[in-house]
Amino acid sequence: MKHRILCTLLFCFPVLTSHASPHVAERILGNGLKVLVKEDHRSPVVVSQVWYKVGSSYEPGGITGISHMLEHMMFKGTDKHPVGEFSRIIAENGGDENAFTGRDYTAYFQTMAASKLAVSFELEADRMRHLHLLADELKKELEVVTEERRMRTEDNPQAKMSEQFSALAFTSSPYKNPIIGWPVDIANYQVDDLQAWYQRWYAPNNATLVVVGDVQTPDVFALAEQYFGGLQASELKPLKPQTESPQLGVRKMTVKVPAKLPSVVLGYKVPSLKTAEHEWEAYALEVLAGVLDGGSSARLSKELIRGKQLAVSAGAGYNFSSRLSDLFELEATPAEGKTVWELELELKKQVAQLQQQLINKDELQRIKAQVLANAVFERDSNFYQAMQLGMLETIGLGWQKADEYVAKINQVTAGQVREVARKYLLEDHLNIAYLEPQPINTATARKKAVK
Amino acid sequence: MRVLFFSFMLLMLSQTASATAKIEHWQTPQGSRVYYVRTEGLPMVDVQVLFDAGSARDGDKFGLAALTAGLLDTGAGDWNADQIAERFESVGANFGAASGIDYATVSLRTLTDKPLFDKALATMQMILGKPRFANADFEREKSRTLAGLKQQEESPGDLANIAFYQALYGKHPYAHPDSGTLQTVAALTRDDVQGFYQQYYVAANAVIVIVGDLSKAQAEQTAENLVKGLPVGEKPAALPDVPMPVEGGAQHIEFPSTQTHVLVGLPGTYRKDPDYFSLYVGNHILGGGSLVSKLFDEVREKRGLAYSAASAFIPMLKPGPFLINLQTRNDQTPEALKVLNKTLANFISQGPSETELTAAKQNITGGFAMRFDTNKELAGYVGMIGFYDMPLDYLDSFQQNIEKVTGASITDAFKRRVSLPLLQTVTVGKSAK
Repeated sequence: MKHRILCTLLFCFPVLTSHASPHVAERILGNGLKVLVKEDHRSPVVVSQVWYKVGSSYEPGGITGISHMLEHMMFKGTDKHPVGEFSRIIAENGGDENAFTGRDYTAYFQTMAASKLAVSFELEADRMRHLHLLADELKKELEVVTEERRMRTEDNPQAKMSEQFSALAFTSSPYKNPIIGWPVDIANYQVDDLQAWYQRWYAPNNATLVVVGDVQTPDVFALAEQYFGGLQASELKPLKPQTESPQLGVRKMTVKVPAKLPSVVLGYKVPSLKTAEHEWEAYALEVLAGVLDGGSSARLSKELIRGKQLAVSAGAGYNFSSRLSDLFELEATPAEGKTVWELELELKKQVAQLQQQLINKDELQRIKAQVLANAVFERDSNFYQAMQLGMLETIGLGWQKADEYVAKINQVTAGQVREVARKYLLEDHLNIAYLEPQPINTATARKKAVK
Repeated sequence: MRVLFFSFMLLMLSQTASATAKIEHWQTPQGSRVYYVRTEGLPMVDVQVLFDAGSARDGDKFGLAALTAGLLDTGAGDWNADQIAERFESVGANFGAASGIDYATVSLRTLTDKPLFDKALATMQMILGKPRFANADFEREKSRTLAGLKQQEESPGDLANIAFYQALYGKHPYAHPDSGTLQTVAALTRDDVQGFYQQYYVAANAVIVIVGDLSKAQAEQTAENLVKGLPVGEKPAALPDVPMPVEGGAQHIEFPSTQTHVLVGLPGTYRKDPDYFSLYVGNHILGGGSLVSKLFDEVREKRGLAYSAASAFIPMLKPGPFLINLQTRNDQTPEALKVLNKTLANFISQGPSETELTAAKQNITGGFAMRFDTNKELAGYVGMIGFYDMPLDYLDSFQQNIEKVTGASITDAFKRRVSLPLLQTVTVGKSAK
């Protein structure tokens, strides 16, 4: 068995070297816009993404969710292109588009035939500096965002628990607020709030343009200069640090929502790659997450779902690329006849085991093989590659981290995994939430008038 | 000789017709149909085996197809679930088995480096040919399915979907949820699973899809190995036709949510439908385009009534649903329904404008290459072409077929196929009192 694994690893390396990731080219325009280009000629298409360094973790109290609200308003027209035109033009050019907001970024994208890249650049450059924020449009879009919140959070017990959990776990970190914002804040946005937010963050020197696809790098740089080069830079006021104040003991909460299944989530305060004292710690935490939940052969599936049959589902997650320190989470839903208390105990046992014993060679080898394979699989998607570069750049780590990932994971040792488990998975930095299902009354069903 | 000549012709045809993706097609000695596309540039391959073994084959044991697919990788040959998972994951491969309504898919994504590929493929082969269906695994997966079914009852969206299919399909095998119900799954036995597997997981009922960096010879060998352990068996009988509802219907399920989920529709189109492209382009204008469509404009852009409002035809072996859906604050439900119904009625009576038709065609044909610019998406199309026995040049002729659609053909198809008096409406939420 050991012999076989060794062979596997040996055969893996040639894969890595002979299909090394293609080169990323970087250029910074005079106004500070950073442009990243990765050529991929497998298909005559291109994805273009504009990433802004702003997201819910940049927001002060009272206007939580405003980055997301502004993302919606970015489709509502400029001097040159009135409301509705942006999407119409992209669609007529065969494009697909949308946008997304996270805690640490707001990003806009179009995927197009490679020959249509200029269409996307023209429109994105235009709305980077010339957005129209109109009260009437805001009024309607506020309703849309409220419906979005109802759909994603209000009527979803797991999402509701997760929102409450973050609010419990974080004290001074803005990660305590939901990306979409608290309902009372959403209801009270004014045009002025959005205008100020747009003014403050939407500028070429606070953005990264990422292009991946069937393009020639010099052409993309020229096009970027042509469309974005003339935009004014802004003076960026530094962001307040808002680091989390130290937690002084375990925190527990119960979330009572209409639901059918109970569940439990545990979250330990841990650093991300950006905030880790030593970089290797973040890679070791990444491996640790893989030991617990890197597939069906990982410990949680093998021991909790199958072995002891305590859980119907179980998982672990680490946000490697957060801008601020975050939570290492373990969650599980009990099997019939089991309780959240038993699961809590078992999950803690899993943590203790990682602190006491070294993970075995097979586990470490399995994770490294998976990381190697995934590095190839990921390249099947231009969109994913662009996401990776845009995100790393936007949280301030630099896109180069994407290229280092496989090698850094390969350097992680069993000893380092035990060390981060001992250093960071501490009872005093632990937060726990229990979802306690409340009855759902569906009794009254007006019946249909159909045969 | 004749056979050889014929397959040569077939190959020529698929080669000349294919500017987009060259799909090669042949049969294994056991009669499984193989569809293969070579893609280069990345040392990886997607291998999928599709069986006509979806929930439409459940009979009265709703959930049987899904549970059978879900149990495949919990034990095979000498290996238990842990060993199977370790075999795949030690080479970085992703394995999956799941069932939908029309078919079940057993899929593998792996690197093509020989020792890695061989280990992953041998594991998949064992899973297909010698699954154990051990009692302990059966009981565990069954109770996990039951937990999942319970959890569905938390979700107004899931409840609406289940009620909608029931309203559209009545006693047809498309009517029941593919994961079954609490009652039917509780009654399933290990013998049911074994019997289902033996009947449907046979070579004659398998379609093999290979997309990736394998040579033709490797692909042939791969296909042959995969189904070597399966009996030839036979294809199941055709599914019954879908009867149209005889009258319209409205059903409300009371649920303590902040939004009401609305679904409106009726049985729509099937894969080989001559009206398919007219319905497809028409629907793109009505509610299929993601941020540009009549429904999106009327419901969201003009009135802010919902976050998403869309329509779709889901083409299946037999007519799958035509559906319009949205979610809105409970007290706005009557207004949203009115807007939805009016938008649909206007579209059917007036058809699309020339401008709308041109814009839709530009979007669909202009974005054509993006439909299969990843191996994953391409494998999806190739699987569809294989399972539904569509022409091998489906992708090559796709744009021409879109161009052929006219305003008149859309209006004509919608008038014949979307009968307003027969629409089924399902709402799940808290009714305004």
